[in-house]
Amino acid sequence: MVRSIVCIKYAVDVNQLQLDTKSPTTKGAARKISDIDKNALEEAVRIKAKLGGEAIAVTVGPPEAKEALREALALGMDQAYLITDPGFTDLDTGGTAAVLAAAITKLGGFDLVLAGEATIDSFSSQVGPRLAEHLSVPPITYVRKLTIEGGKIVAEQDLEDSYETVELNTPALITVTKEVNAPRLPSLMAILAASKKEIKTLTKADLPLQSVALDSPIKILEITVTELKRRKVIIRDKPVAEMTDELAQTILKERIGV
Amino acid sequence: MTEHKGVFVFSENERILLELVSKGRELSDKRSAKLTCTVVGTLTEELAERLFETGVDVILALKEAPDRFDPEFYCSLLTEVIRQNKPEIVLVGATKRGKELAPRLATRLQTGCMADCIALDIDKETGSLLGTRLMYAGKATAKETCTSYPQIATVPPRVFERKTVGKRKGEIIQIAPPSVPTKVNVKETKKKEIGAANIEDAKVVVCGGRGVRSKEDFKLLEDLAKVLNGQVSCSRPIAADLGWFSEWIGLSGRKVHPALYIGCGVSGAIQHLAGITNARIIVAINSNPDSPIFSAVDYGIVGDLYQVVPALIESLKKST
Repeated sequence: MVRSIVCIKYAVDVNQLQLDTKSPTTKGAARKISDIDKNALEEAVRIKAKLGGEAIAVTVGPPEAKEALREALALGMDQAYLITDPGFTDLDTGGTAAVLAAAITKLGGFDLVLAGEATIDSFSSQVGPRLAEHLSVPPITYVRKLTIEGGKIVAEQDLEDSYETVELNTPALITVTKEVNAPRLPSLMAILAASKKEIKTLTKADLPLQSVALDSPIKILEITVTELKRRKVIIRDKPVAEMTDELAQTILKERIGV
Repeated sequence: MTEHKGVFVFSENERILLELVSKGRELSDKRSAKLTCTVVGTLTEELAERLFETGVDVILALKEAPDRFDPEFYCSLLTEVIRQNKPEIVLVGATKRGKELAPRLATRLQTGCMADCIALDIDKETGSLLGTRLMYAGKATAKETCTSYPQIATVPPRVFERKTVGKRKGEIIQIAPPSVPTKVNVKETKKKEIGAANIEDAKVVVCGGRGVRSKEDFKLLEDLAKVLNGQVSCSRPIAADLGWFSEWIGLSGRKVHPALYIGCGVSGAIQHLAGITNARIIVAINSNPDSPIFSAVDYGIVGDLYQVVPALIESLKKST
């Protein structure tokens, strides 16, 4: 039996995001479950199928983040918790981790806390390791293979130049990479069943956060929209050799390689 | 004002460590403060010399160190060192180890961490550390500061260049290792099969994407790379979903800095583009004219890579 808690983010869909150069804002931007968090959800569902137990999804976000939790339920989560409060709107990674830790403590014990290696929008990979510190469990990050046997976790980490397989006891926090599994698409039946399940809400008052500072020490001073300054010369609709001659001339003119 | 003073640098990767030392020297000078670093393992004389030459004032060295990089050990060690020395700024190399370590340190020290900074400076008025980082997969950059101390920032490889400041001597202080219970046992470490040279240093990168139909077909890309003295790499789906390679170019993988990048059958997902923004010239070959990569290139050829790549090799050969 494994009790897994999966932390997901209702993240800005960066592929769809259009930023106005003058006043860049993500207000009203399309959001979805951060891609790699879906791998974390899938891993929890697979572990539960194999070893039994329970899988719970949690997210800190605005009320609209219920959409992400609804999807998490359709993907096989047993329970879903939205942690939301007007006081949580400006949390940075430190504050988010503190709030998640308080919620997870409130939910009782766990064997595994799972999350994606990074979120698609901010990609800072901070919440996982910070959360592990709050929960006083070891973080095992960038895991591409995960097995649990007899209360022991065996995880293969993807580091820059090597793969390292580690073994440890539960409880632990694991962040997974995209390679760990291929997330399922929920069936229509699962979507219907999920629409009837309850999404529970926790607010600041429900959580043991009295002595925790949630103010963000990180201040964003300026956001600049990236402007692509590329030449965008597209060669097309000509015989292949003609196109490649043209490109070769250009490359050689730039005095690269050769 | 803060009682914190000095710049502290850490990375388990020697190359990034030296790059950070160079930047750390500049920041230290602006703050009229000392630059301190700790190394992983036991300090060799050669490394000490290189660190001093690159601008370090003080090296904190362990008498005895674990044989391998133990995250728990270094997290405790650095927490202790930082608590005692109270630096104003802490720079950590943004390797995967470093990206795990820095937020843990920040949590223990109750401070903020600016992740993956691509530029660092000191605010002239406040004296605070300013970090610039990519947001939304590179669609924007944010300039941030941290109002608590130490101000922690992680920095990816090759953001800063190592510059030596000439022969000079510094101080080496012995420190005691923390006693940390081992919760995690390492069962196996497998070296990745990575080309002899580092893709991040390649002057020319030929990159294959989903348009390349089999692992064998990468031979075609190898041939092109050979003509240009370049190296071959791939996009994440090729490495992750198909498993043909163990590393990839992109936001979550390697960030390359070539003079020339040629994407073959690469669609140009923004996560991939974030890994090639530092290429001087971006070229793409793709059969789909609506492929997003064409909006990010200097030169593009709309065509089947299986015809275009061999023809390009011929064109390059006859032109030289």
